[in-house]
Amino acid sequence: MEGQATLNRRNFIRLSALTGGGLVLGFNYFLSSCTTEQGSGQAFDLNAFVRIDTNGKVTIMSPNPEIGQGVKTSLPMLVAEELDVDWKNVQVEQAGLDTEKYSRQVAGGSGSVRESWESFRQVGATARQMLINAAAAAWAVSPGECTTENGMVVHKTNGKKMSYGKLVESASTLEVPKDVKVKSEGSFRLIGQRIPNIDNHAIVTGQYKYGIDTKREGMLYATIIRPPAFGMTLESFDDSEAKKSAGVSQVLRIENKIAVLGRSTWEVMQAAKKIKAQWKDDGTLESSADMTQKLHELLAKAPKDKPRRKDGNIAQAFASAAKVVELDFDAPFLAHNTMEPMNFFAHVKADGAELHGPIQLPERARKRIAELLKLPEEKISVMMTRMGGGFGRRLMTDFVEEAALVSREAGNIPVNVIWSREDDMTGGFYRPMYSYKYKAAIDKDNKLIAWHHHSAGVGGSASPDSFPAGAVAHYQVDTHSYETPVSTAPWRGPTHNYIAFSEQSFMDEIAHQTGKDPVALRLELLEQAKNNPAGKVNYEPDRFAAVIRKAAEISGWGKPKAANIFQGFAAHFSFASYVAQVAEVEKQADGKVKLKKMYCVVDCGTVVNPSGAETQVEGSIIDGIGHAMYAELTLTKGKPDQTNFHAYRMIRMSEAPEVEIHFIDSKAAPTGLGEPALPPAGAALANAVFAASGVRLKNQPFIKSGLFA
Amino acid sequence: MKINVNAKDYTLDVPDNTSLLDALRVHLNLTGTKYGCGEAACGACKVLIDGHATPSCITPVASVQHKAIITIEGLEKDGKLHPIQQAFLDEDAFQCAYCAPGMIMAAVALKEKNPKPTRQEIVEAMQGNICRCCTYPRIINAISKA
Repeated sequence: MEGQATLNRRNFIRLSALTGGGLVLGFNYFLSSCTTEQGSGQAFDLNAFVRIDTNGKVTIMSPNPEIGQGVKTSLPMLVAEELDVDWKNVQVEQAGLDTEKYSRQVAGGSGSVRESWESFRQVGATARQMLINAAAAAWAVSPGECTTENGMVVHKTNGKKMSYGKLVESASTLEVPKDVKVKSEGSFRLIGQRIPNIDNHAIVTGQYKYGIDTKREGMLYATIIRPPAFGMTLESFDDSEAKKSAGVSQVLRIENKIAVLGRSTWEVMQAAKKIKAQWKDDGTLESSADMTQKLHELLAKAPKDKPRRKDGNIAQAFASAAKVVELDFDAPFLAHNTMEPMNFFAHVKADGAELHGPIQLPERARKRIAELLKLPEEKISVMMTRMGGGFGRRLMTDFVEEAALVSREAGNIPVNVIWSREDDMTGGFYRPMYSYKYKAAIDKDNKLIAWHHHSAGVGGSASPDSFPAGAVAHYQVDTHSYETPVSTAPWRGPTHNYIAFSEQSFMDEIAHQTGKDPVALRLELLEQAKNNPAGKVNYEPDRFAAVIRKAAEISGWGKPKAANIFQGFAAHFSFASYVAQVAEVEKQADGKVKLKKMYCVVDCGTVVNPSGAETQVEGSIIDGIGHAMYAELTLTKGKPDQTNFHAYRMIRMSEAPEVEIHFIDSKAAPTGLGEPALPPAGAALANAVFAASGVRLKNQPFIKSGLFA
Repeated sequence: MKINVNAKDYTLDVPDNTSLLDALRVHLNLTGTKYGCGEAACGACKVLIDGHATPSCITPVASVQHKAIITIEGLEKDGKLHPIQQAFLDEDAFQCAYCAPGMIMAAVALKEKNPKPTRQEIVEAMQGNICRCCTYPRIINAISKA
């Protein structure tokens, strides 16, 4: 499930003349299969678009939604590399949703670069070849005698040169060449360079328009009152005071919610506070403490479903074990808390709709709106704005559906529905709660022979092929699914974000109980996976071992240190990338610990843009540490207890550890990077705390343990 | 009511307790200042009021009528970026960048008071600004180098 998607190419490269002269080169590749990560969920097509004008200006369309992962910079870099143009002369434009021209317009599953690697380079190379062919025709030479140099076609021997701008018109009349070769890895000029984010200037000057900044003639702002608890429905409401409030123009009931529309965000939010609503309890109100109890009850039972993975025979292995190691873990709900709260602009008309805003899955949004409004999809336009974060929340479409309904019900007027922070934090969707039971058997030779992962939670709650699967002879993964009225969604590094914590903490416990060094134990298991694999192995043991060795090397693992410095190790494979981390904590005189530094080694294949890659990894680690240390969302009778940042603690600048990152030098195709460095971070820290204090942290947030300075 | 934003006078017809954030974003179309939490807990809406970095979400517009308000849009002078803006650019200190305007305004106020802050002084001064993408190390570097 985590390997590279196979590109099955049936390319239809199309040309059309641009008004004013120029070459428009689009392409359409189809992706036959895809990852089934919870974040992406299904197979998506893929595609891109290039424009060169007669003045030589190159515009590269960026079809993927930009969520802060840097794809509006890194994907056009792939095209520019092969096109052989100076990055300084490239302009990047965000494309709207267009399933005719583009494919896989998705931000999710750490998939943008890995699934665009071949096709985006191919479109650049094809455009370049057409420009070469045009020059060769003009000079009456063979195309093989020509090459390119930064936006010029150059004859290899006679020194003649012609700019792309001069060639573009004739190039646009030529046949599109097929199967043009892309550069071989190792000969890149742009890929591998530190390229700053393409929108930086607009961002530092406050000019960049996020979805929340969208304005149109005649537009109204809207806020929505949603049920205060999961499991409540709207009975009635009194809006007489709200309607008298300054700036308010309409109050509407939209299904189970109340929308307040008016001329400004602040005014509609003030008016919403004056509405007296009566809510009905449908009898399913749950508190998170009860849910933990229910998850534990499920784990006490034998699993109903077929194991998600079964190698060997764990029952026999446990019966013969010299030692059994066990640990249980609980994971809380987490909110996504994007800095830009949910919002969307919608203008629904009788025969179509315009949608504009931050969305990770625009295609899904359009489909939902088409069903909801009974409009043909081709009558609905979707423009994606740079997102002020997503973390999985914007894979949902509820906020788009609300905006479309409000626009229609208000009389087909343009609206921008903006969620308050409280709405955003309490209005669901959350990273699901999980509970895990791990059990391992150690034989008389002190060898790990069996591993049982038993989990309960909403949805999968397991990543069944996660290491050490493949390295342990008797291995079984059992899951219980749990139904709750609380809506849940993928959250950065879905499932992995907690699996890696629990599994890597358990691995540390096994190392401790067998008296083995945590790094040596992992390397021993990877040798086993390489030489004597048990069942399917979905990772390359050598690549995995290489990141582990490198992390040990850069962190000085096992080397003498000051008496108050302790380290913890974790490594995890996800989204086809390998990550190993070492957390370094300082123990104070009073016994409390403080995280000082994180070391991280990543093998994500070729690094397209080191500047973007580093900040993704650095951010993922601090995000992983922040949530493991401080975050949880609890519910009392269906109602979220944390409503804003005063109660939901986010990591702050003073709490961010120093981070040292090393990328494995690789010529392999790029793999996921937006998520893989987050999952192991909490485990590395917990294992360092264990080394310092002997206390095993089994629940998040860690801050509740009282062990931290 | 009259307010002065980025050295320009504006007349507004809004209730006195309207938030400065709303006045800027909705009524003056200065959308660079961002809404994040509405309770002064995240820093996304910070602007300079007489040089002090202040959350505009909890500041009633009537309370700043005779003060100099500077927003992210007002930092650039004669086509030249403020050194903090330039430093954020040079460090490529962004992921989603939604927090960036508030971060930059808080950093500008810090540098006005303390041109050479230590790392400790930086993180203390920036404690009220959340970066959900956790771009903290680069933001610290940008402020140090500016």
